[in-house]
Amino acid sequence: MKVGILALQGDFEAHARVLERLGVEWAYVKRPNELAAVDALIIPGGETTTMLKFLESNGFLEALRRLPVEGKPLFGTCAGAILLAKEVTKPPQASLGLVDVTIERNAYGRQVSSAVRRGRSTLTGAPLEMVFIRAPIIRRVGAEARVVAECDALPVAVEQGLCLLATFHPELTSDTALHEHFLQLARARPAAPAGRR
Amino acid sequence: MNFFSDEQWRVKVGLAEMLKGGVIMDVTNAEQAAIAEKAGACAVMALERVPADIRKEGGVARMASPKIIREIMATVSIPVMAKVRIGHFVEAQVLEALEVDFIDESEVLTPADEENHVWKHTFRVPFVCGCRDLGEALRRIAEGAALIRTKGEAGSGNVVEAVRHMRAIVGTMKKLTVMAKEELVQESKRLGAPLELVEWVAAHGKLPVPNFSAGGIATPTDAALVMQLGAEAVFVGSGIFKSSDPDRRARAIVQATTHYQDPKAVLAASEELGEAMKGLDVRTLSEAELLQTRGK
Repeated sequence: MKVGILALQGDFEAHARVLERLGVEWAYVKRPNELAAVDALIIPGGETTTMLKFLESNGFLEALRRLPVEGKPLFGTCAGAILLAKEVTKPPQASLGLVDVTIERNAYGRQVSSAVRRGRSTLTGAPLEMVFIRAPIIRRVGAEARVVAECDALPVAVEQGLCLLATFHPELTSDTALHEHFLQLARARPAAPAGRR
Repeated sequence: MNFFSDEQWRVKVGLAEMLKGGVIMDVTNAEQAAIAEKAGACAVMALERVPADIRKEGGVARMASPKIIREIMATVSIPVMAKVRIGHFVEAQVLEALEVDFIDESEVLTPADEENHVWKHTFRVPFVCGCRDLGEALRRIAEGAALIRTKGEAGSGNVVEAVRHMRAIVGTMKKLTVMAKEELVQESKRLGAPLELVEWVAAHGKLPVPNFSAGGIATPTDAALVMQLGAEAVFVGSGIFKSSDPDRRARAIVQATTHYQDPKAVLAASEELGEAMKGLDVRTLSEAELLQTRGK
């Protein structure tokens, strides 16, 4: 299994470090045609406006939308979560629309409001250290989506089908619970038909 | 280092991590900031005059006016940085009160203190500082800089100094990785940097904070060059808004920075760009005209 990390801009290297620690093969993805070589994709933190400059050309957004249909899971953190959401506010912008949530950008405030907080995840039951950096807030969770982590009474990680999103940065902590959960989704994936890989 | 596990430190370096692979563009007003964001900048740097104009017009260069910084913050959704004079901790306090996302303690502005830099650990807003070599980088990190950029020669439109500084830092880091413990003590003395940080670099082969490039980047190929030399993102100052078509040049540099390892993409970004800023032969500048020698 090989996990792709979208490496257009942002903290893609931090995700690579986590996958190294977990002993998983990974590759950076910068173009839509590179998606065929990976079995799952992580969309890192960074600036969504920058990433969209690349995603809105060459059919990149459409190629990403097809991933769950092809049985390939997606995991987005912070900017990645915004890109996975169905609806983005402040300001409204294009997204993949794969997880039925409404997400508000920079909703905690500017960098002075960035912080390490503690929340709980249903994935581990144990308290989870969460790094929020100019983070978005999930304002609405649709019926199909399932909250898998909360912090200060707000949903901060949500999954729907093969898509997982977190408004914080698990890649900047030593707790690998979310990445491991994502890898389980990827491993559970049915084998691709012969000739496709 | 004892502060590496502090939550505030981790959040500061965390924002620097988010900027990797991107282009931070100098802007002097909200209109330029909007152009930069639309072109794909991952952050903007608010300042009163771009370095090329500071160089031309002379006088004391200070922090930008709060009014302009506020307008820029209200216009874009990406992080907004602003510059303070070296050692001017009150300008930094004011920028923190204004809630900018990053403070650049910059040699581009006229230094306020010729001996000391700002003690950056006491601020909640992260700082970026320039450097010309590894010793300078580690001194700034010891003072609390969460992001390092090579100084290059700002406002010159000439990448030669940015290359020199990136090669100096990366080369010295490589040497440290093969040194014996007892040699690191001497090296720490030579670099004028804390032994703990020198040991950290020797063990990891890189800086404990992201390492970006600045000062003289004017073309997509310049951006790809410093990225291939080890920069993790680029600052572009005068290079964009002193060119004949800022919007197109900004987009091109963003493309080249992401696809820096792909010559065809850098070629595509380099086509039909209009005139780059004219640029200066840095060798013709007198010592007093150099910006990079400010702050040690």
